[in-house]
Amino acid sequence: MTIMVGTDHTFRDVVREHSGENIHGCFYCQKCTIGCPTAYVMDYKPAQLLRLIQLGQKDKVLGSSDIWMCVSCEICGTRCPNHIRLAPVMDALRHMAMEENYAPQPSVYALHQSFLDSIRLWGRVHELSLIMEHKIRCLLAEPPLFFQGLISDMIMGGDLILKGKIAFLPERIKRLGEIKKLYEESARSSTGPSTSSGHRSGHSAQAEGDQ
Amino acid sequence: MKYAYYPGCTAGTTAVEFGLSTEAACEALDIELLELEDWNCCGASSAHSLNHELSLSLPGRNVALAQEAGLDIVIPCPACYQNCLSADNAFREDEDWRRKMESLLGFQYTGQGRPRHVLDVLSRDLDIDAVRAKVVRPLEGLKVACYYGCVLVRPPEKTGWDDPEHPTTMDRLVEAVGAEPIDWSYKVDCCGASLTLSISDIVVHLANKIVEGAIEAGADCIASACGICQINLDTRQAGEEKVPIFYFTELMALAFGLPGVGKWFGKHGVDPRPLLRARNLLT
Repeated sequence: MTIMVGTDHTFRDVVREHSGENIHGCFYCQKCTIGCPTAYVMDYKPAQLLRLIQLGQKDKVLGSSDIWMCVSCEICGTRCPNHIRLAPVMDALRHMAMEENYAPQPSVYALHQSFLDSIRLWGRVHELSLIMEHKIRCLLAEPPLFFQGLISDMIMGGDLILKGKIAFLPERIKRLGEIKKLYEESARSSTGPSTSSGHRSGHSAQAEGDQ
Repeated sequence: MKYAYYPGCTAGTTAVEFGLSTEAACEALDIELLELEDWNCCGASSAHSLNHELSLSLPGRNVALAQEAGLDIVIPCPACYQNCLSADNAFREDEDWRRKMESLLGFQYTGQGRPRHVLDVLSRDLDIDAVRAKVVRPLEGLKVACYYGCVLVRPPEKTGWDDPEHPTTMDRLVEAVGAEPIDWSYKVDCCGASLTLSISDIVVHLANKIVEGAIEAGADCIASACGICQINLDTRQAGEEKVPIFYFTELMALAFGLPGVGKWFGKHGVDPRPLLRARNLLT
């Protein structure tokens, strides 16, 4: 009965409203889980995550690795007999997790932050500085992450530079002010990322409930 | 035929062969591409992951840039295509947001042009005989596994692709340039996309499953329609047998006998030139 601990009865309706997807329609056929390319690295599987949402298990859901491992490939929504697309559900869950300071998967989160910083700075992505910022963010969040795949990344990066596929200097768009306006507007109207410190630990809540 | 053209960030960098071969193949087929002036990054998968508003407004600016010309927008990158489609749909369906964007960026949404993927344009707007007519060097003997990946074809209600589980548009083009498209099971499996930079082990696992599937089905090579798919499959192969990963537009340019093709092949991770020489398709 541990699953009933910490039930939030409003959670499934909030997720439904934020994502626009009919969470209640899932009858657990698990086609989403079978097709999902990253289910094998998720704490739960896509169908299980939907069931946890239905049961109001907010801590488990927002603290799970699932929401950061989803690559939005849309196979789940394409195959779902009840037309539930999990990609917008995962987006909504990520936004809620950030707003409420649940710990994200550090490397994935760092990449998304670095990516958006690159666009804010140049209007287009500059791979070299993006990769460097990502590494620094990983180092600050969780030092061992910095060294993960460092050598192979450097070899591949060097090869891409030699082949002229990564530019040394960024290309800046002319009307960068328009991008700045879009970022300012998004800060006003969207639930953007909050501070990176003081995360709630969904993983430990999950460990208490499951193990 | 004339289109607006949104190359996206990778068409000049990690997928430079895709950008160059798209432009060359289109030119050969008398398709004029007018590059959007001062286009910006669409936000890729990071904007929708962290910030809903930016996931629409960043691609929305590119859709806005195309409004004056009123032409369909040709896009080589499936992620850019998907994001621009989302923004275009939001312009059509959400009047408040459209008004807000029009006032922020100073433009008028006309809705005359639609975001289109280059594969969609080359396979639907052209008669397949027009492609056949341009072939000077049929790619005979080349067995190609056509790989569509994820967001090019999905979700089907948004992309309107021929079949989200078994698409054949690229297969038909590959056949039209004289190669042999093979049947295989991984056409629409995902390569792991942007996890290549954050958790590369996952991409190594997924990319190798796809490449092994192509080898098992008897393919000499894989054709891709995505810069991220191509680089993931091209650089993450761990098996002994390496398989060249082409952009489908490179195969078209090769068959059309266009100049510069050899230079693009030199930028690949797995060099495709030995295979092409063995098939007498490259000197």
